[in-house]
Amino acid sequence: MNSIVQSVPVNYYVFLSLALFCIGIIGVLTRRNVIIIFMSVELMLNSVNLLLTVFSTYKGDAAGQVFVFFIMAVAAAEVAVGLAIIVMIFRNVRSIDINALKNLKW
Amino acid sequence: MLQLAWLIPLLPLIGFLINGIGYKSLPKSVASIVGSSVILGAFTIVVSLFIGLLNGSIAPTVIPLYDFITVGDFNITFSFQIDQLSVFMMLIITGVGFLIHLYSAGYMHDDEGFNKFFAYLNLFVFFMLLLVMGSNYIIMFIGWEGVGLCSYLLIGFWFSNDSYNDAAKKAFIMNRIGDLGFLLGVFLIIITFGSTEFSQVFALAKEYEIDNKGTTIITAISILLFIGATGKSAQIPLFTWLPDAMAGPTPVSALIHAATMVTAGIYMVARSGILYALSPVTMSIIAIVGIATALFAATIGLAQNDIKKVLAYSTVSQLGYMFLGLGVGSFTGALFHVMTHAFFKALLFLGAGSVIHAMSGEQDIRNMGALSKKLPITFITFLLGTIAIAGIPPFAGFFSKDEILAKAFEVNPIFWGLGVVGAMFTAFYMFRLLFLTFFGSFRGTHEQEHHLHESPLSMTVPLMILAGLSVVGGFFNVPEVLGGNAALANYFAPIFSDAQLIMTNEAHLLDHTTEYILMGTSVGLALASILTAYFIYVVKKTVPIADGQSLNPINQLIYNKYYIDEIYDTIIRKPLDQFSGFAFNIIEKSGIDRIVNEVGAGTIGAGKTIRHLQTGNIGFYIFAMVVGLVLIIGIGLFI
Amino acid sequence: MYVLLLLAIPFVFSLISVLLPGNLAKKSALLGSLLQFVFTLWIAIWVYPCTDLSIDLPWVASLGINFSLNIDGVSLILIVLTNLLCPIVIFSSFENRNYSEVPSFYMLVLLMQTALIGVFTAYDGFLFYVCWEAALIPIYFISAIWGGVDKVRITFKFFIYTVFGSLFMLAGLIYIYLKTPAPHSFGLDMFVTADLNSAEEFWVFLAFFIAFAIKMPIFPFHTWQPETYTESPTPATMLLSGIMLKMGIFGVMRWLIPIAPFAFNDLNYWIVALSVIGIVYASIIAIMQSDFKKLVAYSSIAHVGLISAGLFTGSIEGFQGAVIQMFNHGINVVAIFYVLELISQRTGTRQIANLGGIVFKAPMLSIAFLIIVLGTVALPLTNGFPGEFLLLFSVYKFNMWFGAIAGLTIILGAVYMLRMYKNIMLGSAKSNIDNFKDLNTSELAVLIPICILIIAIGLFPNVILQSTDSYAADLMQYVKENSFAGMVGLVK
Repeated sequence: MNSIVQSVPVNYYVFLSLALFCIGIIGVLTRRNVIIIFMSVELMLNSVNLLLTVFSTYKGDAAGQVFVFFIMAVAAAEVAVGLAIIVMIFRNVRSIDINALKNLKW
Repeated sequence: MLQLAWLIPLLPLIGFLINGIGYKSLPKSVASIVGSSVILGAFTIVVSLFIGLLNGSIAPTVIPLYDFITVGDFNITFSFQIDQLSVFMMLIITGVGFLIHLYSAGYMHDDEGFNKFFAYLNLFVFFMLLLVMGSNYIIMFIGWEGVGLCSYLLIGFWFSNDSYNDAAKKAFIMNRIGDLGFLLGVFLIIITFGSTEFSQVFALAKEYEIDNKGTTIITAISILLFIGATGKSAQIPLFTWLPDAMAGPTPVSALIHAATMVTAGIYMVARSGILYALSPVTMSIIAIVGIATALFAATIGLAQNDIKKVLAYSTVSQLGYMFLGLGVGSFTGALFHVMTHAFFKALLFLGAGSVIHAMSGEQDIRNMGALSKKLPITFITFLLGTIAIAGIPPFAGFFSKDEILAKAFEVNPIFWGLGVVGAMFTAFYMFRLLFLTFFGSFRGTHEQEHHLHESPLSMTVPLMILAGLSVVGGFFNVPEVLGGNAALANYFAPIFSDAQLIMTNEAHLLDHTTEYILMGTSVGLALASILTAYFIYVVKKTVPIADGQSLNPINQLIYNKYYIDEIYDTIIRKPLDQFSGFAFNIIEKSGIDRIVNEVGAGTIGAGKTIRHLQTGNIGFYIFAMVVGLVLIIGIGLFI
Repeated sequence: MYVLLLLAIPFVFSLISVLLPGNLAKKSALLGSLLQFVFTLWIAIWVYPCTDLSIDLPWVASLGINFSLNIDGVSLILIVLTNLLCPIVIFSSFENRNYSEVPSFYMLVLLMQTALIGVFTAYDGFLFYVCWEAALIPIYFISAIWGGVDKVRITFKFFIYTVFGSLFMLAGLIYIYLKTPAPHSFGLDMFVTADLNSAEEFWVFLAFFIAFAIKMPIFPFHTWQPETYTESPTPATMLLSGIMLKMGIFGVMRWLIPIAPFAFNDLNYWIVALSVIGIVYASIIAIMQSDFKKLVAYSSIAHVGLISAGLFTGSIEGFQGAVIQMFNHGINVVAIFYVLELISQRTGTRQIANLGGIVFKAPMLSIAFLIIVLGTVALPLTNGFPGEFLLLFSVYKFNMWFGAIAGLTIILGAVYMLRMYKNIMLGSAKSNIDNFKDLNTSELAVLIPICILIIAIGLFPNVILQSTDSYAADLMQYVKENSFAGMVGLVK
């Protein structure tokens, strides 16, 4: 019972999601714009989702795909909250530069 | 009577409690009656015990009261020993003690601390009786420290004077130095013999022989105990407290610092006679310390001008003779001298008290003179006491001192020679004291002269009794060479027989001719020095020069007591104080506490440094997080 | 039930006190502590000899933690001491305006008492630890709220230092707990059977020892103590010196020796040596102190040094000496702080140099003070003597030179105590004592029983010694059998 997913070898998926994840990490580490950081985080989440789906299919276990739905739901909630925070930050400091907010230290 | 023995120390204790609790409210007459009668009561019981011992109706026994300290298998009982030796000491303590109580009733009459004084005296007698009655070293130690306490309280009796307080403190602390030695000796006894009870310790000690390995430990024990004795009995090096102790009221000097407490060391050594007999080394040390102290103190006595200081150094010197007696193995001689010394030295102190009383508190003999007419009874009794201490036959001092010196000659003629020199000094300074005080012309102020009076009967009666005893006291133990029967030696025979048995092998008895020569020499030299004193102080009317004028170096040295106090001050007290400051400021504050505080400060400092990682820069946080994750995963993969 | 009641009385009265207005609070606190004292005496005399007082209730059963309490000879002595001293502590505070009207002060003192009773009765390691730390909290607040100028810094140091030590003990407790046979248990009897090899025992011993050594305190862990005693208000100083430092000694007796007898036999030489150094060191420092509270603080270190030296010799004389000296040190040091509190309240100074001649104004006070001082310098026929005698003897037996050095305490003790007494009480009167009043009735009511007690124990020390005699003998037998020498014998 090969599905369409299984027509591609599993390590391709692994490399793809690893690449996506690393792009996400690099985005988070290097960019200062909060929106872009946020998007990078989404990218990382989705790379994980991809991997979960693939493994779930290969193993014939639906639990992985169930988790993907969970993650998507949580990510949606997170986006809602996160964007709200970003809007509030922008209203306060007139900037979405992450380094504008560094008063909370030592 | 034996059943009443526990009353002997209890009576003075009751007297102490009555006078102590009623020190504010009790009338003086009641206090003095209570204080004296309890001692008289104790004396009566002691006399009956003594008679019982003499006629054999009482056998020496131990009377246990209760278990004092019990730990595991080790037990110390609170018990009393009634035997020849303890009853002998009890006789002196309660007998002389009673006379001095009587005397105090007159002497202290105008003092506001009258009741307190009697309370302290009673307490002293209580502890002193415990000391001699205890049947083990612990009870002895209780008395030993207790009399030290009373001595402290009574020296500092007039506590508004700071130098008196210092003298009291000094006496207590110097005694404590000795007490430490005593205590360590007792520990060693417990470890060696498993008991502190005299009977058991001595029975076990008898098994040792001189060449046995055990004698090292017995030497250690006896030396440690002797250190205790040097403190209590004011021997070199712990003697300096006794002259200072004269700050106390004069009856105290007579009772505690002449007749009884300071002889505790002699009692202790005599009581432990068998331990000392087993250790010839210690015996030699005792003899050397004794004769050294006797000479040393006698020379200081030559140049003192305070009537009580002269007597104090004389006491130290006489105690030295007693230790010489112990050291040469004449336990009976030493105790005999304890007795005669108690008579004549108590007499001399009380006589001095009578003089001071008459002179309104003046103690400097340079300001006295010609008192013989105004104070006839005091003068005559004082004269008898002085002759007795000078060792002129047939007064008490002659017999006891002669017995010690004769025995010293047997052991080592050098001891004898030095002893005779000391006796010469004694005769000289005592007669110097007598002549300066009672002869010549009056050198005090007019007020004092006007005030001069003979003391009341309660003071002179004890003087007369003691004078009588000083005259006849020697006849209790007339040596065989003079036709006596050595009664005291026979009396003590059961106590010292074991010790004598161990020691006899080395002593060689003197023949009678030698003894006569020895006696003649010492008496002749004593008489010569009396005549010298007479020539200097009566014929030539020399008076010691006043303070502040220059003395020749030797006189200066003697007058200042060889600067012993200053030396102790420099090598012990000051370094101790300085070390205390050093320990507190340097070791404690800059050392140990600093380390503790540095640990605290280090923690705070580390926090202060590390918190700078908290930059507030989110990028850095994320970077750190990623690095951390990578590290954790990496370590997890590869290790 | 009796033991629970012992815990409950001070606890209930602490709650009552805090709810009442100040004037009533102090009375109810005193009433509670007196009631507790009478109850303790009743237990000690009539109940203890013939009744099993142990209690064992499940507390956190799944972890093997039990609410188990028991009273043996050593606990009994310390409980009597605690409940004897607490009324005095409470009473001594009545005249001080700073806290005499503050209900929470009395609540804290009574809570402290509760926790102390808990420490002395606990037979469960966890419960012991809880009470151990619980005793620290009230005393911290008392010192930190009503202390002297530098109170915050000093009490903080005290608190951190003590907790630092306790944490080691907690680690040790948990370690042994895990070594007890499954299902694990915190019970003391299980601890004793825990299977530790010699290295483990060594570390467990050290962990416990640090906690106890800081509490006692043993040189060189003592530096929190003089400052804390000086800065704390006198009731807190009394609690600290009279009772709290006994927690450390008690801990050694009840927990340390039974749990780690091998390590005890291995290490005690060094601890005795440390203690002996501490005796001489603290005595010498005490000589030059100008503040009398600090002087007594250092003298207390010296005395505790002797107790620990004797205790760690592992001999029955040392153990028994430690027991009796613990009791007597508690009485003497509290009495001496009480007297000093009276003097400093009346003159407003703690500097020895500013005092003098009090004896002229207050003969009764000077007599009582003298008796207490004599007890402290261990004069025979006062309570200090039997203990000091036994302790010095045990140290001497352990090592002759240690004994001789430790013996210096009887000389140095006399030096600093008599110097203090002389300078405060005797000599010419200073101007600040012009209005000095002698003891009033209520102060006499405190000091007379203390003085009688000092002499009575000095006369009949066996009363105390006998209550712990069998425990001491058993314990020492146990220690001896568990030494490596004993093990060699078993192997053969």
